[in-house]
Amino acid sequence: MAVLVIADHDGSTVRDTTHKTVTAALSLSSDVDVLVLGQGAQAAADSAAKIAGVRKVLLAESAGLGKMLAEAVEATVLPLAGGYDAILTPATTDGKNFAPRLAAKLDVAPISDIIEVVSADTFVRPIYAGNALETIQSSAAKKVITVRPTAFAAAAEGGSAPVESVAGADAPKTAFVSEEMVKSDRPELGAAKIIVSGGRALGSADEFHAVMEPLADKLGAAIGASRAAVDAGYAPNDYQVGQTGKVVAPALYIAIGISGAIQHLAGMKDSKTIVAINKDADAPIFQVADYGLVGDYKTVVPELMAALG
Amino acid sequence: MKVLVPVKRVIDYNVKARVKADQSGVDLANVKMSMNPFDEIAVEEAVRLKEGKEHHAAGTATEIVVVSIGVTQAQETIRTALAMGADRGLLIQSDTDLEPLAVAKLLKAVVEEEKPDLVLMGKQSIDGDNNAVGQMLAALLDWPQATFAGKLAIDGGKATVTREVDGGLQTIAAELPAVVTVDLRLNTPRYASLPNIMKAKKKEIAMKAVTDYGVDVADRLKVIKVTEPPKRSAGVKVADAAELVSKLKSAGAL
Repeated sequence: MAVLVIADHDGSTVRDTTHKTVTAALSLSSDVDVLVLGQGAQAAADSAAKIAGVRKVLLAESAGLGKMLAEAVEATVLPLAGGYDAILTPATTDGKNFAPRLAAKLDVAPISDIIEVVSADTFVRPIYAGNALETIQSSAAKKVITVRPTAFAAAAEGGSAPVESVAGADAPKTAFVSEEMVKSDRPELGAAKIIVSGGRALGSADEFHAVMEPLADKLGAAIGASRAAVDAGYAPNDYQVGQTGKVVAPALYIAIGISGAIQHLAGMKDSKTIVAINKDADAPIFQVADYGLVGDYKTVVPELMAALG
Repeated sequence: MKVLVPVKRVIDYNVKARVKADQSGVDLANVKMSMNPFDEIAVEEAVRLKEGKEHHAAGTATEIVVVSIGVTQAQETIRTALAMGADRGLLIQSDTDLEPLAVAKLLKAVVEEEKPDLVLMGKQSIDGDNNAVGQMLAALLDWPQATFAGKLAIDGGKATVTREVDGGLQTIAAELPAVVTVDLRLNTPRYASLPNIMKAKKKEIAMKAVTDYGVDVADRLKVIKVTEPPKRSAGVKVADAAELVSKLKSAGAL
């Protein structure tokens, strides 16, 4: 059996999410190819070739693929699908966008956001905002799977797979207009080892930034936020951790002024160590926190900064 | 422009799902059910397209048809959408929870019958968390898709959609007809007023059966078991920041 991993990359290198998806793919088969879709993405393909265990790297380029338009991905991948028993991609917004489209074209059920490979046809995935885990078996000849990157270890570097070019298709009915990416020097939320996350208790956008940024800088952490903080305009949308935002599993997650609603917990409760700082001793966040500190963030955070030295 | 809005009856988002002891699924008996939150946003946007609210020109949508696939009680979900301002409903009755591929195939049949210019739907349901039906419907129809819409503008035969993507926002223009799936921040859904709830009772809900569509809805995936996620072991409360830092250091977390 052969497996195709559709890479997540920034144009010059593949992201960590790709390494993690390769790990999941290698547990299905030793014949794992990586497909890099983009425009001017040769460097990303070269970086994919260095992932240990990869058989070969395919590079497809077009304007539509440069923006990962789902229709272009579909038209590019379908002709390749015949050679593979499974197609895997990280459950990023791109992967979630094109994978079900691809599955429908192949007339198979997509398997979304897996957290464990039980066997080559059996997988575990969370449902009901992570309040239940579903073990599902697919007897289909072909599988289209999105992989929750935080649930898998990253495949090592050290490979030297050949890179081949394949035809890249475009999306005739869809046009890219513009994009507005949040610029940040901090680690990416999905890949960060430490995350400090703020909630509604911070009260304003200015306060959110004034409190969270110095702490994040001190810890080398990414900044997250609860939906309440995002909805209130304290933090940008892509900071949101939760069922409808990003699902993270860092080594350390520090929740500040976050009550711990079901939807928020769905996005962070697989973190290795959870710290909660909240003045309400009954906040649900304390039920999942390894270390809880009951107190006002206004006094606790400066003390924490001091204690960190 | 005719807009089709698929809606799903799901466990209310405030209810914590409980796994059945026999691991066959989640216990939905006597649990509060509601319209999937993302679908409410889709209905609201369709109604705004009709009313000309926000940045939409009045009459952009001329008719809003709401469709649900599910048990008889899903009529209540459709009724809620009608009370929010949708024009008529269609319930395709099914006693089992169909997989996204089957739902997409049924919706394709509905689209071929109703011929909408736009399908507006939630990006995912909060029970299955698949985030798949919209994309699959677009694929089966060979229509363009615009997922995770945080902003929608309809103009000149195109849907211009600002999508909420990892790292920021991406704006694309999709030729109509198209499928647009909506994200949380597209709008804030209205509450239906009492007069509108009364008026909604007079609106039509057509009843159909899955078998009326001649579509293969057999499950492709076999659910082996549904289990509780591993419980986190009980944590400790610390007295102050200094103790927190020392505990984190000795645990190797810092």
